[in-house]
Amino acid sequence: MKGKPLVSIVTAGLSKFGKNEGLYTRELFAEAVKEAFDRCPRLDPKADIKAMFVGHMGEAYEHQGHTGATTADWAGMLNIPATRTEAACASSGAALRSGIYAVLSGLADVVLVGGVEKMTHRSTAEVTEYLAMASDYPFEQWNGVTFPGLYALMARAHMHKYGTTENQLAAVAVKNHHHGTLNPMAHMQKEISLETVLNSRKVASPLKLFDCSLITDGASCLIITKPELAKHFTDKPVHIIGTGQASDTIGLYERKSLTSLLAAKIAAKTAYEMALVKPEEIDVAEVHDCFTIAEIIAYEDIALCPVGEGGILVESGETRLGGKIPVNTSGGLKAKGHPVGATGTAQAYEIFLQLTEQAGKRQVNNAQVGLTHNVGGSGATAAVHIYRSHD
Amino acid sequence: MENELPFTIDQFYKFLAENKLMAGKCTNCGKIHLPPRPLCDNCFSREFTWVEIAGKGKLLTYTVIYIAPEQFQDMTPYAVGIVELRNGLKLPGIINTPLPEQLHIGMELCIDFIACSHAQPWPKWPRYCFKPI
Repeated sequence: MKGKPLVSIVTAGLSKFGKNEGLYTRELFAEAVKEAFDRCPRLDPKADIKAMFVGHMGEAYEHQGHTGATTADWAGMLNIPATRTEAACASSGAALRSGIYAVLSGLADVVLVGGVEKMTHRSTAEVTEYLAMASDYPFEQWNGVTFPGLYALMARAHMHKYGTTENQLAAVAVKNHHHGTLNPMAHMQKEISLETVLNSRKVASPLKLFDCSLITDGASCLIITKPELAKHFTDKPVHIIGTGQASDTIGLYERKSLTSLLAAKIAAKTAYEMALVKPEEIDVAEVHDCFTIAEIIAYEDIALCPVGEGGILVESGETRLGGKIPVNTSGGLKAKGHPVGATGTAQAYEIFLQLTEQAGKRQVNNAQVGLTHNVGGSGATAAVHIYRSHD
Repeated sequence: MENELPFTIDQFYKFLAENKLMAGKCTNCGKIHLPPRPLCDNCFSREFTWVEIAGKGKLLTYTVIYIAPEQFQDMTPYAVGIVELRNGLKLPGIINTPLPEQLHIGMELCIDFIACSHAQPWPKWPRYCFKPI
């Protein structure tokens, strides 16, 4: 017996992920909103939607803050409460969580949650600097620790402790790029080989260019409501049955473990317990593969495999489409792309498609239970959600 | 008198400019905070004393950075690591070595204090790094 629905997703939308030249943040978000509205003809947006939460990490990209009001304005949703949530790369995981609070509180029956980021107009050096703002400034950034550098520190520690190899890291990238070829909305839609990853230029050893997710523009959104109202809008809602969010020290250096993310473990445990779901019952998962090592650690933190065996799991092929537990069927952050503020609800968008059998060539057969794992910074925030299809 | 100075990151760096690695010890529960903080996260006390920390430790993990933000670009490739000091406290930092790819987990390092001038208005912090012993 699985947990009862907390809220139900009645529709979802995504902008094309990639280099959306000339498109501003608010315009990208409107594109995602338009898809969500079009998918749900029974929804009357202006009458039904009572609040908005929008994840957005960086005002530095466009000299534009105040994202709640800005995106509400361009989405045609003027005058409702519209609030930006910021938790670095988990900004829209936090938006979803905030939307759940709003619905469960009874203050807003129908809530638009989403996220957006416009990144590709900036140089790699600038993006590197802006992304680093998700980490500790006075000790990490001040001392030249870059954002890929933080995950590289975890990768080295994981390799040292568990014997994880660079080939296993590369296997994550190869798999997710394969999945990306099956997703027309993905930023990168081409197969890569293990050698491509291993021979790509060094970023922060042992991580190389193809161990890193993409700098991408994109937006995503969901419309959530009380489960008893879902049928009013759609015959095929997807129910959220578990939610967990946790935080941890902002500095990676202060953590007890450098090989797992405690916030993700706590968020996952909370969500599993609420959902009355065991890890082996998950049919499809979207995890936060901002770097290849992050997906391997995610497997362990959400208990898809024993601690230390994430590298073995990816090499086994079981997390590839057709395997026992396909992970990142969308292409993940690695191939679909990582517009940081948009990622959390973009993961939920993929699970919505999978659990309503709309995932096309990458559809997981008979997918009924899904999970999303969204991480902010080097793990100072994590949000985990568990979903099930409508009976 | 020293204990009247605020237990802040800014003060940590002021001590660093005097070649001193200083932490705040909670006088209520005894927890040592490196970096110092004005509110004990263990017992919520605001009473501390300064304690000097020996700047020696072992390397827990490291990476060699090849792609860096603009201010660090002329240093690439450079190594950064997390160092566990003798009493279990940890700090991240650049590891000053001509052979960054020959670093190894567990090796002994010590802190080096670097005097520097600052063009920018904020922050006016000095820098530190680690070097192999």
